[in-house]
Amino acid sequence: MMSAADLAAIRLTLELAAVTTAILLVIGTPVAWWLARTRSRLKGVVGAVVALPLVLPPTVIGFYLLLLMGPHGPVGQLTQALGIGLLPFSFAGLVVGSVFYSLPFVVQPLQQAFEAIGERPLEVAATLRAGALDTFFSVVLPLARPGFVTAAVLGFAHTVGEFGVVLMIGGNIPEKTRVVSVQIYDHVEALEYAQAHWLSAGMVVFSFLVLFLLHSRKRGSVR
Amino acid sequence: MNPAATVQAPDPGIEARFRLVWSGFALDAALQLPGRGVSALFGHSGSGKTTLLRCLAGLERATDGYLAVRGELWQDDARGVFVPTHRRPLGYVFQEASLFPHLSVRRNLEFGQKRVATAERRVSLDFAIELLGIAPLLERMPERLSGGERQRVAIARALATSPRLLLMDEPLAALDAQRKAEILPYLERLHGELDIPVVYVSHAPEEVARLADHVVLLRDGRVLASGAIEEVMPRLDLPFAHDEDAFVVVDAQVAERDERFALTRLEFGGLPLWITGLDAPLGAQVRARVLARDVSLALAERHDSSILNVLPARVVSLDDASPGRTLVRLDVAGRALLARITKRSAVQMGIAPGMSLFAQVKGVALLR
Repeated sequence: MMSAADLAAIRLTLELAAVTTAILLVIGTPVAWWLARTRSRLKGVVGAVVALPLVLPPTVIGFYLLLLMGPHGPVGQLTQALGIGLLPFSFAGLVVGSVFYSLPFVVQPLQQAFEAIGERPLEVAATLRAGALDTFFSVVLPLARPGFVTAAVLGFAHTVGEFGVVLMIGGNIPEKTRVVSVQIYDHVEALEYAQAHWLSAGMVVFSFLVLFLLHSRKRGSVR
Repeated sequence: MNPAATVQAPDPGIEARFRLVWSGFALDAALQLPGRGVSALFGHSGSGKTTLLRCLAGLERATDGYLAVRGELWQDDARGVFVPTHRRPLGYVFQEASLFPHLSVRRNLEFGQKRVATAERRVSLDFAIELLGIAPLLERMPERLSGGERQRVAIARALATSPRLLLMDEPLAALDAQRKAEILPYLERLHGELDIPVVYVSHAPEEVARLADHVVLLRDGRVLASGAIEEVMPRLDLPFAHDEDAFVVVDAQVAERDERFALTRLEFGGLPLWITGLDAPLGAQVRARVLARDVSLALAERHDSSILNVLPARVVSLDDASPGRTLVRLDVAGRALLARITKRSAVQMGIAPGMSLFAQVKGVALLR
């Protein structure tokens, strides 16, 4: 059965994924909107930067975040000056890392949803006296709702499955930075295969259910 | 021209100038449209009529533009004035109805209306619903409407914002003939019951003939002609008159109904014009269409043929641009008619400007 440490790891993982997803929806929405609508030449650059975590080893992201947020990094000096202290090896540091790591999983579905809406509903809204912000909330958000669901689910699930970045910038502090994937690693290192099975099988079932729901939803919403 | 018509109440109308250059297309149009009735922007695809309409709406940003609607300045790039689309009191009906799919018909209608200040609401929701006959559809979602129903809802939605200018981009083009016939009467009611100037984009002469009071002919992004439909359609220097289905419209009054032979006598300029059928009530103002190919000419007034309408006419001008054919512009009681005859007949009859003769009108269609 699962130990108290296992349960703490699960709770921490869910908390991290929830906070990360919430932040990503807030940050990702304007980024995706900009990417979907801009004709700027910067679109290619920003799109590539957003997609980087898809191809980079998580250790690379973790390594540079560690340098940036460390005592000699610019972000680290800023957080120290603000009295927040250092982010690495803290829950806040994990959140920052997860936001980068899961960024494309939120931005890309949103961008696709915004692009699928097209120009016409926005023009219609303008001819019906709705300003830009009004149009976004009364037309774009409802029409892009399936995209938001996909983005939130993928962002959440991908954060739950994070390992490399956590290990680099979070370490392995119980109830602070020890998430499920790290806990599994610890169990295997300690040859506690039974415990590793509980958590691993749980992850498999969770991931399968998430993807299954996402796919059956997509099929159901074909108009 | 009738001198009484030139002395009008000051009507600032719609004054527009737009210049816009894209790769492969340039719009350079200056327009003066009347502040009431329906103005049709007519032209082939690629002539710039939709672009011009979008410029009027502010959806397309002309680099050098000026637009004043009934005395209100909406755009003047020379002075840095550009009122964004959502601040312009206009209604816009797109070619495809473009209803919001996530809102019911009722909430689609309310979308625009609730964003208009109460003091500026001159068209009530109920009026728009009644005018377009959409009361039974209110609780439905757009996906459960037919194409014609969607377009009627879209028109009602635009009207419910109490626009000072209604722009329509080929609202019937996406519909089949039956749906078109279903909507046209509603558009005519619009025309009759509301004092909102309408700019209507079309490439269908049939629609223009039925709906328009004023016609703007566009070609390659430029205005080829602009004027009242009675004046523009018979102009021999414009492509309309040379069309296979060239026609003129005649606004007339119903003067007599002959129940026995199912005929109606219209009167225009003191002349009778008989049409078959008893569709219009006595005294009604109607519009009739006379095709150029349905008018033949005779030097003497003859009553020994089956043709009902023989009208005294004077030849205004001739055009024999197409081989074997001569197009004759006639003056009939101050109205213009077109006659298309063979070139041989024209030569044999010695038809020349200023000549008096008789126009035999074989067919007249009642448009509205």
